[in-house]
Amino acid sequence: MENYLNLFIISVFLENMVFAYFIGMCSYLAVSKSVKTATGLGIAVIFVQTITVPVNYLLENYLLKEGALKWLGEGYADIDLSFLSFIMFIAVIAAMVQLVEMIVEKYAPALYISLGIFLPLIAVNCAILAGSLFMQQKEFINIGEATVYGVGSGAGWCIAIISIAAIREKLRYSNVPAPLRGLGISFIITGLMGLAFMGFMGIKV
Amino acid sequence: MGEKEGIFSKKNLKLLTNPLSNANPITVLVLGICSALAVTAQLKPAVVMSLSVTIVTAFSNLIISFIRNTIPNRIRIIVQLVVVAALVILVDQVLKAFVYDVSKQLSVFVGLIITNCILMGRLEAFALGNKPWPSFLDGIGNGAGYGLVLVTIAFFRELFGSGSLWGYKIIPQEWYIANGGWYSNNGMMILPPMALIIVGVIIWIQRSKKPELIED
Repeated sequence: MENYLNLFIISVFLENMVFAYFIGMCSYLAVSKSVKTATGLGIAVIFVQTITVPVNYLLENYLLKEGALKWLGEGYADIDLSFLSFIMFIAVIAAMVQLVEMIVEKYAPALYISLGIFLPLIAVNCAILAGSLFMQQKEFINIGEATVYGVGSGAGWCIAIISIAAIREKLRYSNVPAPLRGLGISFIITGLMGLAFMGFMGIKV
Repeated sequence: MGEKEGIFSKKNLKLLTNPLSNANPITVLVLGICSALAVTAQLKPAVVMSLSVTIVTAFSNLIISFIRNTIPNRIRIIVQLVVVAALVILVDQVLKAFVYDVSKQLSVFVGLIITNCILMGRLEAFALGNKPWPSFLDGIGNGAGYGLVLVTIAFFRELFGSGSLWGYKIIPQEWYIANGGWYSNNGMMILPPMALIIVGVIIWIQRSKKPELIED
Protein backbone atom coordinates (compact mmCIF):
# COMPACT_ATOMS: atom_id res chain seq x y z
CA MET A 1 0.00 0.00 0.00
CA GLU A 2 2.81 2.33 0.99
CA ASN A 3 4.55 2.13 -2.36
CA TYR A 4 1.30 3.07 -4.14
CA LEU A 5 1.11 6.19 -2.01
CA ASN A 6 4.74 7.00 -2.76
CA LEU A 7 4.21 6.54 -6.46
CA PHE A 8 1.18 8.81 -6.33
CA ILE A 9 3.10 11.58 -4.56
CA ILE A 10 6.02 11.24 -6.96
CA SER A 11 3.80 11.47 -10.01
CA VAL A 12 1.80 14.43 -8.69
CA PHE A 13 4.55 16.61 -7.25
CA LEU A 14 8.08 15.45 -8.01
CA GLU A 15 7.54 14.46 -11.61
CA ASN A 16 4.74 16.85 -12.36
CA MET A 17 3.83 16.57 -16.04
CA VAL A 18 3.83 20.31 -16.64
CA PHE A 19 6.58 21.61 -14.41
CA ALA A 20 9.12 18.83 -14.74
CA TYR A 21 8.53 17.65 -18.31
CA PHE A 22 6.53 20.47 -19.99
CA ILE A 23 3.99 17.98 -21.20
CA GLY A 24 0.53 19.12 -22.21
CA MET A 25 1.72 22.71 -22.51
CA CYS A 26 -0.39 23.50 -25.57
CA SER A 27 -3.75 23.02 -23.92
CA TYR A 28 -2.27 24.19 -20.62
CA LEU A 29 -1.63 27.62 -22.14
CA ALA A 30 -4.67 27.74 -24.39
CA VAL A 31 -7.38 26.72 -21.91
CA SER A 32 -6.12 28.44 -18.76
CA LYS A 33 -7.94 31.76 -19.16
CA SER A 34 -10.56 30.98 -16.51
CA VAL A 35 -10.57 28.66 -13.51
CA LYS A 36 -13.90 27.12 -14.46
CA THR A 37 -12.88 25.79 -17.86
CA ALA A 38 -9.47 24.81 -16.54
CA THR A 39 -11.11 22.68 -13.84
CA GLY A 40 -13.29 20.98 -16.45
CA LEU A 41 -10.33 20.08 -18.63
CA GLY A 42 -8.24 19.01 -15.64
CA ILE A 43 -10.90 16.59 -14.43
CA ALA A 44 -11.38 15.23 -17.94
CA VAL A 45 -7.64 14.55 -18.18
CA ILE A 46 -7.59 12.66 -14.85
CA PHE A 47 -10.58 10.66 -16.05
CA VAL A 48 -9.08 9.64 -19.40
CA GLN A 49 -5.62 9.07 -17.94
CA THR A 50 -7.04 6.68 -15.31
CA ILE A 51 -8.49 4.56 -18.09
CA THR A 52 -5.85 4.71 -20.83
CA VAL A 53 -2.70 4.07 -18.79
CA PRO A 54 -3.84 0.68 -17.40
CA VAL A 55 -5.30 -0.35 -20.78
CA ASN A 56 -2.05 0.50 -22.52
CA TYR A 57 -0.19 -1.31 -19.75
CA LEU A 58 -2.06 -4.51 -20.57
CA LEU A 59 -1.45 -3.96 -24.28
CA GLU A 60 2.26 -3.40 -23.70
CA ASN A 61 2.71 -6.48 -21.54
CA TYR A 62 0.50 -8.98 -23.33
CA LEU A 63 0.98 -7.91 -26.94
CA LEU A 64 3.83 -5.58 -27.76
CA LYS A 65 6.81 -6.26 -25.51
CA GLU A 66 9.49 -8.72 -26.48
CA GLY A 67 8.25 -12.12 -25.36
CA ALA A 68 4.84 -10.71 -24.47
CA LEU A 69 3.07 -13.08 -26.83
CA LYS A 70 4.21 -16.13 -24.84
CA TRP A 71 0.66 -16.85 -23.73
CA LEU A 72 -0.16 -17.78 -27.35
CA GLY A 73 2.36 -20.58 -27.33
CA GLU A 74 6.09 -21.19 -27.34
CA GLY A 75 6.45 -20.34 -31.03
CA TYR A 76 5.46 -16.75 -30.38
CA ALA A 77 7.84 -16.18 -27.49
CA ASP A 78 10.52 -14.26 -29.38
CA ILE A 79 8.29 -11.87 -31.30
CA ASP A 80 9.03 -8.20 -30.56
CA LEU A 81 6.31 -5.81 -31.66
CA SER A 82 7.45 -2.85 -29.59
CA PHE A 83 7.99 -0.68 -32.67
CA LEU A 84 4.21 -0.66 -33.02
CA SER A 85 3.67 0.86 -29.59
CA PHE A 86 3.20 4.49 -30.74
CA ILE A 87 0.46 3.64 -33.19
CA MET A 88 -1.25 1.22 -30.80
CA PHE A 89 -1.18 3.67 -27.91
CA ILE A 90 -2.60 6.52 -29.94
CA ALA A 91 -5.31 4.25 -31.36
CA VAL A 92 -6.26 3.09 -27.87
CA ILE A 93 -6.34 6.68 -26.66
CA ALA A 94 -8.51 7.88 -29.55
CA ALA A 95 -10.87 4.93 -29.13
CA MET A 96 -11.03 5.27 -25.33
CA VAL A 97 -11.77 8.97 -25.56
CA GLN A 98 -14.62 8.24 -27.95
CA LEU A 99 -15.92 5.48 -25.68
CA VAL A 100 -15.66 7.58 -22.54
CA GLU A 101 -17.47 10.37 -24.33
CA MET A 102 -20.36 8.10 -25.26
CA ILE A 103 -20.61 6.55 -21.79
CA VAL A 104 -20.53 9.90 -20.05
CA GLU A 105 -23.13 11.28 -22.45
CA LYS A 106 -25.44 8.35 -21.72
CA TYR A 107 -25.07 8.00 -17.95
CA ALA A 108 -23.96 11.41 -16.70
CA PRO A 109 -25.41 14.08 -18.96
CA ALA A 110 -24.65 16.85 -16.46
CA LEU A 111 -20.94 15.98 -16.45
CA TYR A 112 -21.04 15.67 -20.23
CA ILE A 113 -22.39 19.17 -20.64
CA SER A 114 -19.87 20.66 -18.23
CA LEU A 115 -16.93 18.90 -19.92
CA GLY A 116 -18.28 19.96 -23.29
CA ILE A 117 -15.78 20.11 -26.09
CA PHE A 118 -12.88 19.17 -23.84
CA LEU A 119 -13.41 15.43 -24.03
CA PRO A 120 -12.76 15.02 -27.78
CA LEU A 121 -9.84 17.46 -27.60
CA ILE A 122 -8.11 15.23 -25.06
CA ALA A 123 -7.25 12.66 -27.74
CA VAL A 124 -4.56 14.98 -29.02
CA ASN A 125 -3.42 16.23 -25.61
CA CYS A 126 0.22 15.27 -25.25
CA ALA A 127 -0.23 14.57 -21.53
CA ILE A 128 -2.29 11.47 -22.25
CA LEU A 129 0.13 9.92 -24.70
CA ALA A 130 3.03 10.90 -22.46
CA GLY A 131 1.40 9.10 -19.53
CA SER A 132 1.42 5.88 -21.54
CA LEU A 133 4.95 6.40 -22.87
CA PHE A 134 6.35 7.07 -19.39
CA MET A 135 4.46 4.01 -18.14
CA GLN A 136 6.29 2.01 -20.82
CA GLN A 137 9.62 3.50 -19.78
CA LYS A 138 9.19 2.96 -16.05
CA GLU A 139 8.35 -0.74 -16.45
CA PHE A 140 5.83 -1.06 -13.63
CA ILE A 141 5.54 -4.50 -12.10
CA ASN A 142 1.75 -4.75 -11.98
CA ILE A 143 -1.36 -3.05 -13.25
CA GLY A 144 -2.04 -1.45 -9.85
CA GLU A 145 1.09 0.65 -10.12
CA ALA A 146 0.21 1.64 -13.67
CA THR A 147 -3.24 2.75 -12.58
CA VAL A 148 -1.88 4.76 -9.67
CA TYR A 149 0.60 6.41 -12.00
CA GLY A 150 -2.20 7.27 -14.42
CA VAL A 151 -4.31 8.90 -11.71
CA GLY A 152 -1.31 10.70 -10.24
CA SER A 153 0.03 12.17 -13.44
CA GLY A 154 -3.47 13.31 -14.41
CA ALA A 155 -3.92 14.91 -10.98
CA GLY A 156 -0.58 16.69 -11.26
CA TRP A 157 -1.58 18.15 -14.61
CA CYS A 158 -4.95 19.16 -13.16
CA ILE A 159 -3.32 20.99 -10.22
CA ALA A 160 -0.99 22.79 -12.61
CA ILE A 161 -3.67 24.06 -14.97
CA ILE A 162 -6.01 25.16 -12.16
CA SER A 163 -3.27 27.11 -10.41
CA ILE A 164 -2.08 28.90 -13.57
CA ALA A 165 -5.69 29.75 -14.43
CA ALA A 166 -6.16 31.28 -10.98
CA ILE A 167 -2.99 33.34 -11.38
CA ARG A 168 -3.98 34.49 -14.86
CA GLU A 169 -7.38 35.61 -13.57
CA LYS A 170 -5.65 37.84 -11.02
CA LEU A 171 -3.13 38.96 -13.61
CA ARG A 172 -5.84 40.69 -15.59
CA TYR A 173 -5.79 43.53 -13.04
CA SER A 174 -2.05 44.08 -13.08
CA ASN A 175 0.02 46.30 -15.32
CA VAL A 176 2.19 44.02 -17.45
CA PRO A 177 4.48 45.56 -20.12
CA ALA A 178 2.60 45.45 -23.42
CA PRO A 179 4.88 43.06 -25.39
CA LEU A 180 4.85 40.60 -22.51
CA ARG A 181 1.05 40.49 -22.16
CA GLY A 182 -0.77 37.21 -22.66
CA LEU A 183 1.59 34.50 -23.78
CA GLY A 184 4.92 35.96 -22.64
CA ILE A 185 3.99 36.47 -19.03
CA SER A 186 2.27 33.07 -18.87
CA PHE A 187 5.54 31.43 -19.86
CA ILE A 188 7.52 33.31 -17.27
CA ILE A 189 4.97 32.57 -14.54
CA THR A 190 5.01 28.89 -15.45
CA GLY A 191 8.79 28.99 -15.17
CA LEU A 192 8.58 30.53 -11.70
CA MET A 193 5.95 27.99 -10.63
CA GLY A 194 8.26 25.29 -11.92
CA LEU A 195 11.05 26.64 -9.73
CA ALA A 196 8.69 26.54 -6.76
CA PHE A 197 7.71 22.96 -7.56
CA MET A 198 11.38 22.01 -7.56
CA GLY A 199 11.19 22.53 -3.81
CA PHE A 200 9.33 19.19 -3.65
CA MET A 201 12.52 17.49 -4.81
CA GLY A 202 13.62 17.50 -1.19
CA ILE A 203 10.86 15.08 -0.22
CA LYS A 204 12.25 11.64 0.49
CA VAL A 205 9.88 8.92 -0.64
CA MET B 1 -6.06 28.99 -62.59
CA GLY B 2 -4.95 29.06 -66.22
CA GLU B 3 -1.48 30.33 -65.47
CA LYS B 4 0.85 27.72 -64.05
CA GLU B 5 2.62 28.71 -60.87
CA GLY B 6 6.38 28.40 -60.62
CA ILE B 7 7.74 25.93 -58.12
CA PHE B 8 9.35 28.70 -56.10
CA SER B 9 6.92 31.53 -56.85
CA LYS B 10 6.65 34.44 -54.45
CA LYS B 11 3.60 32.95 -52.79
CA ASN B 12 5.37 29.64 -52.20
CA LEU B 13 8.47 31.30 -50.83
CA LYS B 14 6.28 33.16 -48.37
CA LEU B 15 5.03 29.81 -47.09
CA LEU B 16 8.60 29.01 -46.21
CA THR B 17 9.63 32.29 -44.62
CA ASN B 18 6.46 33.33 -42.82
CA PRO B 19 6.68 30.69 -40.10
CA LEU B 20 10.19 31.85 -39.29
CA SER B 21 9.02 35.18 -37.92
CA ASN B 22 5.47 36.51 -38.19
CA ALA B 23 3.65 33.21 -37.92
CA ASN B 24 6.21 31.31 -35.86
CA PRO B 25 4.54 28.16 -34.56
CA ILE B 26 5.99 28.51 -31.07
CA THR B 27 6.10 32.18 -30.22
CA VAL B 28 3.03 33.39 -32.14
CA LEU B 29 0.70 30.45 -32.73
CA VAL B 30 1.56 28.68 -29.42
CA LEU B 31 1.80 25.26 -31.03
CA GLY B 32 4.16 22.46 -30.14
CA ILE B 33 5.49 23.86 -26.90
CA CYS B 34 5.52 20.56 -25.09
CA SER B 35 8.45 19.03 -26.85
CA ALA B 36 10.11 22.36 -27.52
CA LEU B 37 11.26 22.84 -23.97
CA ALA B 38 12.27 19.49 -22.67
CA VAL B 39 14.87 18.73 -25.32
CA THR B 40 16.70 22.04 -25.20
CA ALA B 41 19.18 21.56 -22.38
CA GLN B 42 21.82 20.84 -25.03
CA LEU B 43 22.27 21.80 -28.66
CA LYS B 44 22.59 18.35 -30.19
CA PRO B 45 19.24 16.84 -29.14
CA ALA B 46 17.57 20.13 -30.02
CA VAL B 47 18.89 19.98 -33.58
CA VAL B 48 17.96 16.31 -33.97
CA MET B 49 14.51 17.03 -32.61
CA SER B 50 13.96 19.96 -35.00
CA LEU B 51 15.04 17.87 -37.97
CA SER B 52 12.69 15.05 -36.96
CA VAL B 53 9.76 17.42 -36.51
CA THR B 54 10.48 19.13 -39.85
CA ILE B 55 10.57 15.82 -41.69
CA VAL B 56 7.41 14.52 -40.07
CA THR B 57 5.52 17.78 -40.61
CA ALA B 58 6.56 18.11 -44.25
CA PHE B 59 5.75 14.55 -45.22
CA SER B 60 2.52 14.26 -43.25
CA ASN B 61 1.40 17.52 -44.90
CA LEU B 62 2.30 16.06 -48.28
CA ILE B 63 0.51 12.76 -47.72
CA ILE B 64 -2.63 14.25 -46.21
CA SER B 65 -2.74 16.81 -49.00
CA PHE B 66 -2.58 14.05 -51.62
CA ILE B 67 -5.49 12.15 -50.12
CA ARG B 68 -7.42 15.18 -48.82
CA ASN B 69 -10.33 14.71 -51.25
CA THR B 70 -10.86 11.09 -50.35
CA ILE B 71 -10.83 11.36 -46.53
CA PRO B 72 -14.37 11.40 -45.09
CA ASN B 73 -14.71 14.47 -42.93
CA ARG B 74 -15.91 12.64 -39.83
CA ILE B 75 -12.91 10.37 -39.44
CA ARG B 76 -10.21 12.76 -40.59
CA ILE B 77 -8.56 13.04 -37.17
CA ILE B 78 -8.01 9.29 -36.98
CA VAL B 79 -6.62 9.25 -40.52
CA GLN B 80 -4.26 12.09 -39.66
CA LEU B 81 -3.14 10.36 -36.46
CA VAL B 82 -2.40 7.14 -38.34
CA VAL B 83 -0.35 8.90 -41.03
CA VAL B 84 1.58 10.88 -38.42
CA ALA B 85 2.13 7.89 -36.16
CA ALA B 86 3.49 5.84 -39.07
CA LEU B 87 5.95 8.60 -39.98
CA VAL B 88 7.02 9.01 -36.36
CA ILE B 89 7.69 5.28 -36.08
CA LEU B 90 9.97 5.57 -39.13
CA VAL B 91 11.83 8.52 -37.64
CA ASP B 92 12.13 6.77 -34.28
CA GLN B 93 13.60 3.63 -35.83
CA VAL B 94 16.07 5.67 -37.91
CA LEU B 95 17.19 7.62 -34.82
CA LYS B 96 17.59 4.42 -32.82
CA ALA B 97 19.69 2.94 -35.60
CA PHE B 98 22.02 5.84 -36.33
CA VAL B 99 22.18 8.18 -33.31
CA TYR B 100 21.35 5.89 -30.41
CA ASP B 101 22.71 8.17 -27.68
CA VAL B 102 20.59 11.12 -28.80
CA SER B 103 17.58 8.86 -29.19
CA LYS B 104 18.02 7.77 -25.55
CA GLN B 105 18.28 11.42 -24.49
CA LEU B 106 15.10 12.37 -26.32
CA SER B 107 13.31 9.39 -24.66
CA VAL B 108 9.55 9.79 -24.88
CA PHE B 109 9.68 13.05 -26.79
CA VAL B 110 10.13 11.40 -30.18
CA GLY B 111 6.90 9.54 -29.59
CA LEU B 112 5.26 12.75 -28.48
CA ILE B 113 5.79 14.23 -31.95
CA ILE B 114 2.57 12.37 -32.77
CA THR B 115 0.56 14.64 -30.53
CA ASN B 116 2.66 17.68 -31.30
CA CYS B 117 0.11 20.39 -31.96
CA ILE B 118 2.14 21.83 -34.85
CA LEU B 119 1.35 18.73 -36.85
CA MET B 120 -2.36 18.63 -36.16
CA GLY B 121 -2.61 22.39 -36.51
CA ARG B 122 -0.90 22.48 -39.91
CA LEU B 123 -2.77 19.43 -41.18
CA GLU B 124 -6.12 20.88 -40.19
CA ALA B 125 -5.41 24.45 -41.18
CA PHE B 126 -3.34 23.99 -44.32
CA ALA B 127 -2.92 20.52 -45.81
CA LEU B 128 -6.65 19.75 -45.89
CA GLY B 129 -7.30 22.71 -48.16
CA ASN B 130 -4.20 23.04 -50.30
CA LYS B 131 -2.29 21.28 -53.04
CA PRO B 132 0.58 18.91 -52.17
CA TRP B 133 3.54 21.13 -53.10
CA PRO B 134 2.50 24.22 -51.10
CA SER B 135 1.58 21.92 -48.20
CA PHE B 136 5.03 20.36 -48.31
CA LEU B 137 6.66 23.80 -48.24
CA ASP B 138 4.37 24.86 -45.40
CA GLY B 139 5.49 21.81 -43.46
CA ILE B 140 9.17 22.58 -44.02
CA GLY B 141 8.63 26.24 -43.11
CA ASN B 142 6.86 25.42 -39.87
CA GLY B 143 9.41 22.81 -38.94
CA ALA B 144 12.15 25.35 -39.55
CA GLY B 145 10.37 28.01 -37.50
CA TYR B 146 10.07 25.50 -34.67
CA GLY B 147 13.72 24.53 -35.08
CA LEU B 148 14.85 28.17 -35.00
CA VAL B 149 13.32 28.74 -31.58
CA LEU B 150 14.55 25.39 -30.29
CA VAL B 151 18.12 26.00 -31.37
CA THR B 152 18.10 29.52 -29.91
CA ILE B 153 16.94 28.23 -26.53
CA ALA B 154 19.38 25.33 -26.60
CA PHE B 155 22.25 27.66 -27.54
CA PHE B 156 21.77 29.83 -24.45
CA ARG B 157 21.02 26.94 -22.13
CA GLU B 158 24.03 24.90 -23.14
CA LEU B 159 26.41 27.87 -23.28
CA PHE B 160 25.53 29.26 -19.86
CA GLY B 161 24.48 26.01 -18.21
CA SER B 162 27.35 23.73 -19.14
CA GLY B 163 29.84 26.13 -20.74
CA SER B 164 29.89 24.13 -23.93
CA LEU B 165 28.30 24.03 -27.39
CA TRP B 166 27.52 20.75 -29.21
CA GLY B 167 29.43 19.02 -26.43
CA TYR B 168 32.66 21.01 -26.98
CA LYS B 169 33.91 23.18 -24.11
CA ILE B 170 33.70 26.84 -25.09
CA ILE B 171 34.57 28.50 -21.79
CA PRO B 172 38.33 28.15 -21.15
CA GLN B 173 39.07 25.70 -18.32
CA GLU B 174 41.30 28.13 -16.39
CA TRP B 175 38.37 30.53 -15.95
CA TYR B 176 36.59 28.10 -13.62
CA ILE B 177 36.75 28.65 -9.89
CA ALA B 178 37.93 25.08 -9.42
CA ASN B 179 41.03 25.94 -11.48
CA GLY B 180 41.67 29.22 -9.69
CA GLY B 181 39.58 31.42 -11.99
CA TRP B 182 36.41 33.48 -11.48
CA TYR B 183 33.76 31.72 -13.57
CA SER B 184 31.14 29.20 -12.62
CA ASN B 185 28.38 27.57 -14.69
CA ASN B 186 24.85 28.73 -14.03
CA GLY B 187 23.33 25.45 -12.91
CA MET B 188 19.83 26.87 -13.08
CA MET B 189 20.05 27.08 -16.87
CA ILE B 190 19.93 23.29 -17.13
CA LEU B 191 16.83 23.03 -14.96
CA PRO B 192 13.50 22.83 -16.80
CA PRO B 193 11.97 26.13 -15.55
CA MET B 194 14.66 28.25 -17.20
CA ALA B 195 13.56 27.01 -20.64
CA LEU B 196 10.15 28.52 -20.02
CA ILE B 197 11.62 31.80 -18.87
CA ILE B 198 13.88 31.98 -21.96
CA VAL B 199 10.88 31.41 -24.24
CA GLY B 200 9.08 34.16 -22.37
CA VAL B 201 12.00 36.51 -22.97
CA ILE B 202 12.20 35.56 -26.69
CA ILE B 203 8.50 36.36 -27.03
CA TRP B 204 9.05 39.64 -25.21
CA ILE B 205 11.86 40.68 -27.58
CA GLN B 206 9.97 39.58 -30.69
CA ARG B 207 6.83 41.43 -29.71
CA SER B 208 8.57 44.64 -28.77
CA LYS B 209 10.14 44.64 -32.27
CA LYS B 210 6.79 43.83 -33.89
CA PRO B 211 4.04 45.68 -32.01
CA GLU B 212 1.32 44.23 -34.29
CA LEU B 213 1.75 40.88 -32.53
CA ILE B 214 0.92 42.24 -29.07
CA GLU B 215 -2.16 40.72 -27.40
CA ASP B 216 -4.52 43.02 -25.56
